[in-house]
Amino acid sequence: MSEMRRVTAICNGSVIDHIPAGAALKVLRMLRISGKNSNPVSLVMNVPSGKHGAKDIIKVEDRELTQEELDRLSIIAPHASVAIIRNYSVAKKRTVEAQKELVNVAKCTYSNCITHGNREPQSHRLTVISVDPLQLRCHYCCRAQDMDAIIDNLL
Amino acid sequence: MADDLITMDDLTNEQIEALLKDAEKLLPAAKGDVYLPLLEGKLLGNMFFEPSTRTRMSFETAMKRLGGNVVNLGALASSSVTKGETLFDTMKMVDGYCDVAVLRHPRQGAAQYAADACDIPILNGGDGAGHHPTQTLLDLFTIKQAHGKLDLNVVMVGDLRYGRTVHSLSHALSRFGANLTFIAPPALSMPDEIIEDLKASGSNITVSEDLVSNLPNADVIYMTRIQKERFPDEDEYLKVAGIYKLSRKDLKDVKESMIIMHPLPRVDEIHPNVDNTPHAAYFDQAFNGVVARMALLCFLFGVDISKEVGK
Repeated sequence: MSEMRRVTAICNGSVIDHIPAGAALKVLRMLRISGKNSNPVSLVMNVPSGKHGAKDIIKVEDRELTQEELDRLSIIAPHASVAIIRNYSVAKKRTVEAQKELVNVAKCTYSNCITHGNREPQSHRLTVISVDPLQLRCHYCCRAQDMDAIIDNLL
Repeated sequence: MADDLITMDDLTNEQIEALLKDAEKLLPAAKGDVYLPLLEGKLLGNMFFEPSTRTRMSFETAMKRLGGNVVNLGALASSSVTKGETLFDTMKMVDGYCDVAVLRHPRQGAAQYAADACDIPILNGGDGAGHHPTQTLLDLFTIKQAHGKLDLNVVMVGDLRYGRTVHSLSHALSRFGANLTFIAPPALSMPDEIIEDLKASGSNITVSEDLVSNLPNADVIYMTRIQKERFPDEDEYLKVAGIYKLSRKDLKDVKESMIIMHPLPRVDEIHPNVDNTPHAAYFDQAFNGVVARMALLCFLFGVDISKEVGK
């Protein structure tokens, strides 16, 4: 059975492809898609992929993801792509673009960073040191980020 | 220099060398032998969210020796911090009151955070286990006074993980060609990102746990206190407390010119019987905090020391 037939085609919305296998739920969280919105959301996990062995796919109906939203995924899905669907056809394609800085995407993994202070209002800023593999440092405390722990610090 | 001094990266080597020369010229004013009111009318905010003796007092002395004035945050218990005020709000207020502010804070990154919130220059007076660049200026000045140069064998000892003074100093010394030896137990070793940065800049680094074998070749021994307050649990602190101690009997085979430095306060890492040896430089080092900070403050306000001193 072809992977795209696991879920029916959508009329309008976004298809997020090439998500690392098992990371789809984190992607939903990062995109703040909680199920409380009225948009129908379809999700398949661990489907075969020529490039990466296995991957996850998400389809969000009636919502067009922006480039900014997609770029937030660079921490957990740097190779993800989005197809914007209009009237069952691909209207636009987008890929995650390498950023110099991730603003309000995740909180610093160092527990004594000033950004962990109560109610401090300034943005969480992580500087991208290297794209592949992704290495980040906090703009404020300069600490190298723990890339395993950062998933739990997504905003 | 950028308006703020958060890490030593905010100063070029040329600026550091100029500051050290300015500090030398300001020694008579720092000692009170002459009065140089170069910063009359300027106000420094001393924002210490964590205990301090030398940094706070030497900034205050420096500003007053230059004719400027100082306002203090005071005890935390009597400030709005106890009411839950954020650092952001507190610093926005200081931004309006003062011409420059020094910030010490228990959380790492607080100085950069404050600098992003303020228009006035922010000087990092120590942020958690992060950086302490104004201490580095006085440390460099002390080394230069003793040896006339900075490309030396410098041995840093003790709490290198949480010790912000050694983080800033190692960055600066590596830029001036020093050979750095880091001596610490594994639990207190220099953070990986600092080692990586130093190696990437071509520094010659040795990592060891043994102090005694590294004494004879040293030009500078930089001792640090194992900081109880940085440990999440007392048992972990007790495992490493008192691990490195220097006393007079350890100094038999050292170079005659070797100096022992310490950012102070000390606990038991340097025995008082070292104080009267020619190697003890830590009290001169503490005094140098005044002159180094005078030079920095003049620099920040655009005062040309070479024109002002001796005219």
